Amino acid sequence: MERDDQSPSDSTPPSDLQNAVIRFAGNSQDGIQTIGGFLAKLAGRSAREVMTYMTIPSTISGGPSIFQVHLGSGEVLSPGDEADFLVAFYQHSYDNHIGSLRDGGVCIYDTDNVEPVANERGLQHVGIPITSTTVEALGGSTRERGKNLFVLGLVTNLFKLDREKVVALIDRQFGRKGEDVIRNAMLAFDAGYGYSLGSDVLYQSWALRDGLSVDTDRMTTDGNTALMYGLIAGGVRYGSGYPITPWSSIMEGLRSELPKYGGLFVQAEDELGAVSMALGFAYAGHLSITGSSGPGLSLKMEALSYAVMAELPLIVVNVQRGGPSTGLPTSVEQSDLMQAIYGSHGDAPRIVLAPKNVEDCFYIAIEACQLARKYSCPVLILSDSALATRIEAFKEPDLDACLIEPTLDQEPRGEEFKPYPVDAPTRHAPPGTKMLGGKYPVVTGLEHDEWGHPSASPEMHAKMNAKRREKIKAVAADLPLPEVFGEESGDVLLVGWGSTWGPIREATKRAKDKGLSVSSIHIRHLNPLPNGFEEIFAKFKHVLVVEMNDEGLYGFGQLATLLRARYCDSKIQSICKTDGLNFRIREILEGITKHTS
Amino acid sequence: MATAAEAPQKLTKKELSADHPTWCPGCGDFAVLASFFKVLEKLQIPHEQIVTIAGIGCSSRFPYFVNGHGVHFIHGRALPLATGVSLGRPDLHVFAFGGDGDGYSIGGNHLDHAARKNVNLTYVVMDNFVYGLTKKQTSPTSPQGFKSKTDPTGAIDRPINPMKKLVSNGATFVARSHATQVKHMMEMFERAILHPGFSVVEILSECVIFYPGAFDAGNPRKGGEFDVIDEKKWDNTPEDEARHDVTSDDDAFAIASLDFPGKFGVFYEVDHPTKNQLEQKWIDSSREKVKNAPAKDLLRERFAAMK
Ligand SMILES: Cc1ncc(C[n+]2csc(CCOP(=O)(O)OP(=O)(O)O)c2C)c(N)n1
Ligand code: SF4
Ligand SMILES: [Mg+2]
Repeated sequence: MERDDQSPSDSTPPSDLQNAVIRFAGNSQDGIQTIGGFLAKLAGRSAREVMTYMTIPSTISGGPSIFQVHLGSGEVLSPGDEADFLVAFYQHSYDNHIGSLRDGGVCIYDTDNVEPVANERGLQHVGIPITSTTVEALGGSTRERGKNLFVLGLVTNLFKLDREKVVALIDRQFGRKGEDVIRNAMLAFDAGYGYSLGSDVLYQSWALRDGLSVDTDRMTTDGNTALMYGLIAGGVRYGSGYPITPWSSIMEGLRSELPKYGGLFVQAEDELGAVSMALGFAYAGHLSITGSSGPGLSLKMEALSYAVMAELPLIVVNVQRGGPSTGLPTSVEQSDLMQAIYGSHGDAPRIVLAPKNVEDCFYIAIEACQLARKYSCPVLILSDSALATRIEAFKEPDLDACLIEPTLDQEPRGEEFKPYPVDAPTRHAPPGTKMLGGKYPVVTGLEHDEWGHPSASPEMHAKMNAKRREKIKAVAADLPLPEVFGEESGDVLLVGWGSTWGPIREATKRAKDKGLSVSSIHIRHLNPLPNGFEEIFAKFKHVLVVEMNDEGLYGFGQLATLLRARYCDSKIQSICKTDGLNFRIREILEGITKHTS
Repeated sequence: MATAAEAPQKLTKKELSADHPTWCPGCGDFAVLASFFKVLEKLQIPHEQIVTIAGIGCSSRFPYFVNGHGVHFIHGRALPLATGVSLGRPDLHVFAFGGDGDGYSIGGNHLDHAARKNVNLTYVVMDNFVYGLTKKQTSPTSPQGFKSKTDPTGAIDRPINPMKKLVSNGATFVARSHATQVKHMMEMFERAILHPGFSVVEILSECVIFYPGAFDAGNPRKGGEFDVIDEKKWDNTPEDEARHDVTSDDDAFAIASLDFPGKFGVFYEVDHPTKNQLEQKWIDSSREKVKNAPAKDLLRERFAAMK
């Protein structure tokens, strides 16, 4: 809860809020995700920035779950370290999350279920009989359903959100489900909206200021959805996968969406089958995708090595989660970077990209499609479980500028055609292509000569290894060096990749506000790395790589290890963690202190 | 399809042959390749539409020896790759080849699912009851007692029965032949290719190096008996009663249960919609529902719903 004119802990009646972090804590079956989803969409429509964070229990029958929404009229870069507001549905919600409220924060709790403890840390407690009021509003018969809409109404009023826009969203969400549903939804919503807290001060003080964003065409969605539509915009029409959290929603989406575009996504019997089928589509001349999370990626590694050797284009998505093994299926981690780059047997270079936020999931997918086609090789996209479910608002992509229509290349090949030219890009002739010279190509995983004939010749293996390496190196030449956020030189350069972009940026800002000399860069292209980092690093005393993975045997996280290997620069150090949670701004700031003092 | 104007050249063994096979002299797989060429000569499938796909093994070298679009993939995964090719390109004729280890062991799960999905392709298994390429380890079809490098005192585990496996998994065409019987193989291949859906031909193909004599019992020239299935003619004669009904699971299982060398011919053949047809139906109705809108419009519509 930030106000322009005063410190957050000031308790005099304030002007409007600039930011608010609201945490809803309940059980997953209460539909608290729905409240969060509405608020996020509303933010998109009100030119506010938003970032959400949620946890879902890994048990099927539901269980404790939270949804945190960070709304702001300025830039919102993280779901928020600490909540300004907590809405606690149950005693366990209260007990487990009261600690997430900042000093002086506000706890709204259901008096029907929660017994608050003595007021401490300047917390404000606001008790509301959420359950009984909702039941009453709905005519007493609805087994505790509708509490989420009651709370949505309450929040709409508390923060002086645009009621009309909220109602329009409810209408769109429930309108198709029939009149009864929408009537009940509105009854619950209005009961919350009209609920009198009896203290006018609260009402006025929490009005959330409208956004400053200049973009008018903004949409609101989560990372997996953005990634999925990015793939479609990039020309992917075929793919195959096997379910696993948190990847599944991409495959479910593609399964329903692709047929509308004339394509197909197939659920395979396992990940080995999935990557193989995807390679079948690729061989057949289509840009295709497979994906999974860590355990599934492990299974795909042999076929990925094949894709490198056979030089087939393929998009492979890894929505990372906590490992090793089954690990922490619903927690966030960035521990599959080495696997993405080096995970297969043999020297199997390939392209690895990582989106920095939800919007970037869309664009990185398109870039992956372009690269896979251009270099005829696998391209891995490393997302993670935080990005997968996190909701953000961003400018609607300009499809006129970025849409790629897929084509099937069936141009007859002349006599001179070689599937694997040593010093030219591989352009496979998909089956169905007439071979005018009469010789047909075999795509192969054995080391081969330029015509695809198996060859164990030592020179040929060295030449072909070089070809596969050099083409990936050539990608680097086209890559822009990431811009430094903040001063171009100074004490500390924070380096990040993937979903930590927001927290690192916010930490950079806060450090600067505190008078520290801190800048940051974010790497989206992890293999190959763009050229020229050494010049950036040279201008800082400390290069601290912030990543959500273990510091390993030698004290360095995975990207830090790679950067140290490449630049042999001992000032590259790590800020790592593996608690399965997003980086808090505080943790990054502490990391800076640790390395600089 | 070749147009009439192009006056397509007749496809013969000459155009279809590629590298000289690297199999050992006497290997049963030679005859399988020869029969395949002969059937292609007969069916005159346009050259560019022929796709051969294999995993790893001696038998899986097949695509190198066919001059056609081909894929030499990884051990056990030829079928899912072939599934992608078949579903992605209905204009092609997709063939998968492999051995008993490739198909029934490491690739066993894929075989089950390609069969149940009834993917439109033809799969030929060159079963030699042994791992040839890796030099004599026990295979899933090695009979108990077979002495291999991994079972020096004789194979301990019971072998699988591929014919039962295939029928129970829902393959819609299941046949069995013997590499010494070229005419019979050709007949099985032709029927398999013309069958819409997942067709499998299991061929007893001797590995003369690591399991010589394995299939003599099915080879008349070696004193055995090549006992061909007598299929029902549906002619209402009393003799027909006793004949084999290829549409009956029970009949197929009964034949599959016979002692080695058992019978040869079509065990099972039924009509079911293929996965290709069912998915295409879904694609067509999906396209219709969105009025064949171009990708840009479809995406814009989705974006609008996210506002
Ligand atoms: C993942 C993997 N595991 C093991 C191997 C080694 N390997 C190659 S072929 C083969 C067995 C081949 O047996 P089969 O499929 O019966 O073919 P055959 O050589 O008998 O024709 C094995 C184990 C491999 N190439 N890849
Ligand atoms: S080892 Fe056996 S299966 Fe392999 S080529 Fe020689 S004879 Fe054929
Ligand atoms: Mg074998």
